[in-house]
Amino acid sequence: MTLVKTKIGRRAFIKNTSLAGGGLILGFSIFNSCKPKEAEKLVVQEMPKEWFEINSYLKIGDNGLVTIMAPNPEFGQGVITSMPMIVADELDVAWKEVLVEQANFDTESYGWQFTGGSQGIRRRWEGLRMAGATAKQMLKEAAAQIWQVSVSEITVSEGVLRHKASGNSAGYGEMASVAAKLEVPKEVPLKEVKDFTIIGKSKKSVENQKIVTGKPLFGLDYQFENSLIAMVEHPPAFGLKLKSFDAAEVGSMPGIVDVFSIKTLEDDFKRGYFDTNAFTDLIAIVGKSTWEVMNAKKKLKAEWEPIADSTYKMDRFGTEVDVEVPKGLESTDEHYKKMKVMAAKPGTMVRKDGNPEAAFKKAAKIIERTYTCPFLAHNCMEPMNFFAHVTDEGAKLAGPLQAPGLTGPTVAARLGMPVERVDIELTRMGGGFGRRAYGHYAVEAALISQQAKAPIKLIYNREDDMTAGIYRPSYHATYKAALDENNNLVAFHVKAGGIPETPLFANRFPAGAVDNYLAEQWAINSNITIGAFRAPRSNFMAGVEQAFLDEVAEAAGKDPIDFRLELLERVKNDPVGENNEYEPNRLAGVLKLVREKSNWSQAPSGTHRGVSAYFCHNSYAAHVVDVVMEGDVPKVEKVVCAVDCGIVVNPDAAANMTEGAIVDGIGNAMYGELTFNEGQTEQKNFDRYKIIRYSETPNKIEVHFVRNEIDPTGLGEPPFPPVFGALANALYKATGERLYHQPFISRKQVIG
Amino acid sequence: MAIFNLNINGSEHSVEVDPNTPMLWVLRDHLKLVGTKYGCGIAQCGACTIHLGNSAVRSCQLPISVVANQKITTIEGLSENGDHPVQKAWLEIDVPQCGYCQAGQIMTASALLNQNPNPSDTEIETAMDGNICRCGTYTRIKKAIQLAVANQNLS
Ligand code: FES
Ligand code: FES
Repeated sequence: MTLVKTKIGRRAFIKNTSLAGGGLILGFSIFNSCKPKEAEKLVVQEMPKEWFEINSYLKIGDNGLVTIMAPNPEFGQGVITSMPMIVADELDVAWKEVLVEQANFDTESYGWQFTGGSQGIRRRWEGLRMAGATAKQMLKEAAAQIWQVSVSEITVSEGVLRHKASGNSAGYGEMASVAAKLEVPKEVPLKEVKDFTIIGKSKKSVENQKIVTGKPLFGLDYQFENSLIAMVEHPPAFGLKLKSFDAAEVGSMPGIVDVFSIKTLEDDFKRGYFDTNAFTDLIAIVGKSTWEVMNAKKKLKAEWEPIADSTYKMDRFGTEVDVEVPKGLESTDEHYKKMKVMAAKPGTMVRKDGNPEAAFKKAAKIIERTYTCPFLAHNCMEPMNFFAHVTDEGAKLAGPLQAPGLTGPTVAARLGMPVERVDIELTRMGGGFGRRAYGHYAVEAALISQQAKAPIKLIYNREDDMTAGIYRPSYHATYKAALDENNNLVAFHVKAGGIPETPLFANRFPAGAVDNYLAEQWAINSNITIGAFRAPRSNFMAGVEQAFLDEVAEAAGKDPIDFRLELLERVKNDPVGENNEYEPNRLAGVLKLVREKSNWSQAPSGTHRGVSAYFCHNSYAAHVVDVVMEGDVPKVEKVVCAVDCGIVVNPDAAANMTEGAIVDGIGNAMYGELTFNEGQTEQKNFDRYKIIRYSETPNKIEVHFVRNEIDPTGLGEPPFPPVFGALANALYKATGERLYHQPFISRKQVIG
Repeated sequence: MAIFNLNINGSEHSVEVDPNTPMLWVLRDHLKLVGTKYGCGIAQCGACTIHLGNSAVRSCQLPISVVANQKITTIEGLSENGDHPVQKAWLEIDVPQCGYCQAGQIMTASALLNQNPNPSDTEIETAMDGNICRCGTYTRIKKAIQLAVANQNLS
């Protein structure tokens, strides 16, 4: 029994697994026990007696049914459907013959299983196509061998191999056992874009049937025999740590099994980039049911004490850095004051073209504006949670993770066992948005299980989830533009900073379009932890830059789209500087498409329009937002969006994610904010943290994709950041007031 | 602790729990019906929506002790084969992203249509405003409800 790797040139191995055998790997979870039955129901097909694993991405049953593994974790971006679509297309199999399974944490087979950075499809594109194409080639070779004909004469369509001259034909299932024993071809042909039969044709999500019928899919749904429930208590504020607690009182409450403290990271542990965690000393409560543990948690008495200034070592993907954590109980008002002071000082220069100082001196008109945004919490609908069963033999974990390849090693290091003994089953995630790249809760679950000597499921309640940190930082940016007497943009200055990081992208538009350009940055340290949040840094910079350019265009007396297109024309023909990150043609392309599709110059009466366009995460997005006034309250009526993300694998699902990004953008721009007082978040649940709701959503969202043959460049993030700008510009048209501080609805007048 | 007999999705269940235990946790922990989701625990998000009789209620705020013999329906029991008009519309429109909120959305929408087969836009808004979707699938939820209304009127 051997196993084939997709790596070209390696020897082929064969592995055939029967379904029952597959079941063993997964233990007793109800996930597993419902899988084969569900599968049968979905495809209305007999399950095969034997599976032949051609490579780690796919196996073919003796009856032709194909199982394709979705290598990356799923959190709503649709990769569990779109990644198998890519394999299936190159394999030339009918989509209805395909079953999809979520791959578990297995770096050797699946490499970098990361969900984030809009990287999924972009990074997997070639590998997934190769996996499908290689398998097809091997099936053809198997048929050629058996029929004694030349492989070049064999054609394939929808899982059937044919040889015209001899009249032979066979399904994949019949050839799978022979194919699996063949040498992996060194090279395989990939299809031309025009020959795709599945890629580019909308397919429904393979898990929707389970979702709409309430099947267990998520980490929180994970069941394991005799598993206990655990919750943790972290300090009530950033800047505090655990001093002492009373285990006895809650320990005797009904259903409570154990109460103890854990230390999730030793002080001298060299942390990875995603090991962010403000609260490493926690109290764990373990009990029989969630409700009982929740009740005990409410009664728990603990004392907390201030932290001291400290430093820890972090491995920033190969570079060791010292991270300073200042003591103190921080507040939002003080944050904004500090940022104002800092922004008035010179920052660190990141890029300079020409002579901005001289150009500003000579300018006919100067426009200068300052923008801010608050911290944001990710607020995934499914709170953080993880299952762990740690024994002397190894650790069995299951739950929602965006970066299992990073969390796995940290869990292993903390448990003191080799990573091979840490088995992580990846469940569907109830949202991620960057938050679940930080897997501290998996470490916590593992330590609790180890100490309690029992399988446990760790559950954060909503308050734990919202107050545990890893937020979108609070940012500040000042923009300055100079126009000459002919209203040409002759100088541009951006200075941006934040708590505790700068959001600056020095080489993005309008860098490259202006002769005199200066970009500076700064940062203020904090003990509040931050993390990636859908389109990190771009989620602020896009909005404010696009709002600022709108003002500059207005001052120049130009149409905002024409103004941007003129600048992009300049970048195309005669770019300033060499490091410009974006392709001016593609950015101009989405602007032109959104202009056409929105009928830009003809806003329906009573609607107020704003536009924006932005490049990030390798893709391009532009929006036209229409706002109507309902009395005093502005409401987004419609959004038209144009995206260039290269080839779109699953168009309707891509549109869905883009619609979501737009709603998310409107929601956060209008209402999103997490504020601090004495180190505590003032919002702890959805009663005070406002998330956009049904009635606040645009009536209509139109998504248009630029059609091209560029390999996919990513979609989860790019449509999100520019929403803030288009909305600000539309609100200005609707109210006559420019908005400089997010969120636009609740906090707009507070900060000067 | 007390013993409660419940009628859930058409069958009888007996559980022994603290009378204050919210139905959400009775369903999830004791009956392993995990389709009903936890999102906030304070009636703000709608992820835990179930039907009590014909009404949509937030099960995180529904202590088992007040249920008595009222019929409970969860997402698992909304239809025998996952073919309730609302479920079918959800599939047709491909509504979910992460999917976590969707059981609650479907339970709210199906209770609405049950009580009001031809809801106005405002009535739909009022009903659906209690259900948060962090992924922002609201525009598709709207389309799916409209489709379910249309299909319901056909049959
Ligand atoms: S969990 Fe019940 S409304 Fe949020
Ligand atoms: S689909 Fe993710 S929260 Fe609604």
